[in-house]
Amino acid sequence: MVEWTDAERTAITTLWSNIDVGEIGPQALTRLLVVFPWTQRYFGTFGDLSTPAAIAGNPKVAAHGKVVMGGLETAVKNMDNIKNAYAKLSVMHSEKLHVDPDNFRLLAECISVVVAAKFGPSVFTAGFQEAWQKFLAVVVSALGRQYH
Amino acid sequence: MTLATMLSKEEKRLIKEIWERLTPVAEDIGSDALLRMFNSYPGTKTYFSHLDISPGSSHLHSHGKKIVLAIAEGAKDISQLTVTLAPLQTLHAYQLRIDPTNFKLLSHCMLVSLACYLGEEFTPVAHAAMDKYLSAFAAVLAEKYR
Repeated sequence: MVEWTDAERTAITTLWSNIDVGEIGPQALTRLLVVFPWTQRYFGTFGDLSTPAAIAGNPKVAAHGKVVMGGLETAVKNMDNIKNAYAKLSVMHSEKLHVDPDNFRLLAECISVVVAAKFGPSVFTAGFQEAWQKFLAVVVSALGRQYH
Repeated sequence: MTLATMLSKEEKRLIKEIWERLTPVAEDIGSDALLRMFNSYPGTKTYFSHLDISPGSSHLHSHGKKIVLAIAEGAKDISQLTVTLAPLQTLHAYQLRIDPTNFKLLSHCMLVSLACYLGEEFTPVAHAAMDKYLSAFAAVLAEKYR
């Protein structure tokens, strides 16, 4: 089981309560597809991803970004049992979606950059970043856990 | 050198412009990125046991400044990265011997610092270009390792 300090729990819930998944999610997914273009391999049905502008304006990217970011709610609500909470999603990403789990790590990096840009240095302090990244790392690990 | 040529002319211009603008606050950006790295990746602190890297310390600030100024210097002419970094290559390979995996960790924290300070201005395109530049910088830095 993952041990969370009180400071870490506070940081994570504070950040989460101020995150609009409809805003942060699309931006994070856009960045994933722009910064790491090979990730576009999973989105062949999304239409025009040919330029950063096309990606940023793509409604399917926006919709999916919101869904993925919203998926973090499960972790926030089950912080002491994240591994099990994502078991089914992990199986799905492995067996149905065939997503290389390293992509979860790349998306987590993009989420952190978007959150940093949104909140700035006085909110997204080094301490908050540590807690947030630890949180994302646990989710990333849980999502890759059921791969076989 | 091959890595540096993966950057388009526009990306090189963007990177050069960003670092030119941030050179006056090199100390702030650098110390911020280092602090974030030490906090999130405690293993990186093992390379600094001889210094005081606590928040606000003069070592943290001078070291952060040094690193950012080197990154900014490289950005002035990215096609000459191997030439510009030659002395630092030797330093890192034979003296410092920092495991190159750590360069990725600092690069990520540098991106976070840039995002914090530039906000929306740190667009996806700027982020992509910067990530590529920092990867190229790290790769050149590690060239003499073996």
